Amino acid sequence: MKQITLTVANLQETEKFGRDLGRYLLPNTIIGLNGPLGAGKTHLVKAIAEGLNIPNSASVTSPTFGLIHEYPSRLMIYHFDVYRLPNEEAFVDLGAYEYYEMGGVCLIEWADRVKNHLPEDRIEIHITPVDEQQRSIQVVASGTISETILERFAEKLNGSD
Amino acid sequence: MTNPVYFLALESSCDETAAAVFTDDRRILSNVVASQTELHARFGGVVPEIASRAHLRNLLPVIDESLRQANIRLEQIGCVVVHNMPGLVGSLMMGVSAAKILSLALNVPLIAVNHILGHIYACQIPDSRPMYPCIGFVVSGGHTALFHCQDPLTVQFLGGTRDDAAGEAFDKVAAILGLGFPGGPNLEKEAQKGDPNAYQFPRTFLKEDRLEFSFSGIKTAVLYTAQGQDAKISEKIGSGPTRANIAASFQRAVVEVLVSKAIQAVKKFRVNRLAVGGGVIANQAFRQLLIQECNKYGIELFIPPRDLCTDNAAMAALAIEKYKQGDFANLSLDAEANFI
Repeated sequence: MKQITLTVANLQETEKFGRDLGRYLLPNTIIGLNGPLGAGKTHLVKAIAEGLNIPNSASVTSPTFGLIHEYPSRLMIYHFDVYRLPNEEAFVDLGAYEYYEMGGVCLIEWADRVKNHLPEDRIEIHITPVDEQQRSIQVVASGTISETILERFAEKLNGSD
Repeated sequence: MTNPVYFLALESSCDETAAAVFTDDRRILSNVVASQTELHARFGGVVPEIASRAHLRNLLPVIDESLRQANIRLEQIGCVVVHNMPGLVGSLMMGVSAAKILSLALNVPLIAVNHILGHIYACQIPDSRPMYPCIGFVVSGGHTALFHCQDPLTVQFLGGTRDDAAGEAFDKVAAILGLGFPGGPNLEKEAQKGDPNAYQFPRTFLKEDRLEFSFSGIKTAVLYTAQGQDAKISEKIGSGPTRANIAASFQRAVVEVLVSKAIQAVKKFRVNRLAVGGGVIANQAFRQLLIQECNKYGIELFIPPRDLCTDNAAMAALAIEKYKQGDFANLSLDAEANFI
């Protein structure tokens, strides 16, 4: 398991973090996003999608109602939101396990609610609002793919300081 | 007089499993939605089951019910229609697969319809006034999108939300305010008790030219107004006048942006007709401001009746236009997640 924690002062810094992370993602990356309403989960997904060279990041919108949005980019992006699901079984019924292995990137908002059905190899991002602008972001990676990504990302992060 | 063509349409893009029967002269003979029938109660309560499996289980009973209510036998169906985009691919596939099988078995044409364009066409179904060309506006839980519609099938996407849909913002703000389920209607009720000018919430993009929306900023603004700078989601505010004032001010801000952008689009494309579909049109404040502003600017407004606003299969009557043009799908038809 690897872990980093950083503090971002505002939305622009959150976006930079997301874009940078997006560049390092590999096929079959699973990222769980957690944080209260208004923490900026969807915003972060948009930024990660930009890091994955999505042609038009305006197409990244909240999947709360649609449940899964799909966006073509360097890797196919599957953007989940489990906020509205009545239980974990509904998440499995969505075909979650199939999506994990489709060679793309799965980004799951409110992932804590389905933690029994997240793969072992995954990145978990916890966003904690400090105030209206500032956020504390904790990134935890477990498993080979996820740890590799976080290692490379952390190297870049330290290198650019 | 020739016999009418009977269409059987299926919808399974998200939560709802639905079927409808209509004729080529736009008469809706039945419009059955699983969650709104006793069928749903028999199978599992009020929480929408969000799974392909639920669609699979609901489809045949819903189709049977739609034929029964229309008083039509399956053999009389002359065309099978399905919403194949946009939506949850696994769910859409259920409707698409069923429609293919029916079309093959009955040996009748298959037509694929875009669910979002169906929401716009729903305005035309019961209305005899010519509606096109117009600005089409879909405002629901999952979508907030403007279109320039030259005719029912020649449609250009102008812009939509960059984050949350309007209906979603209503639901999430209702959750922040502790108003429970169903969020949208509860928030509207709460707003009636409050002062819409009590708080000035952000009206994102209101003064800009772009035909786009963003409702995540107002959601956050409500959160911090309701709960202070160190917002903890678990600390709900009480049920006093503050909550009603926040609800009313939030609703006013959202509705103002929605209506202003729609009017802006109408003016920009000089079409003078506005067709508004989707579940959020059930909100009275939205509806009233739309009517008021359309009257003010001499814009012809088209709004569908309630049962054609929320997700349903009758709005797939857009297929009538495709039928006239011979625009049929074949058995390789696929479900697609995105509408553009």
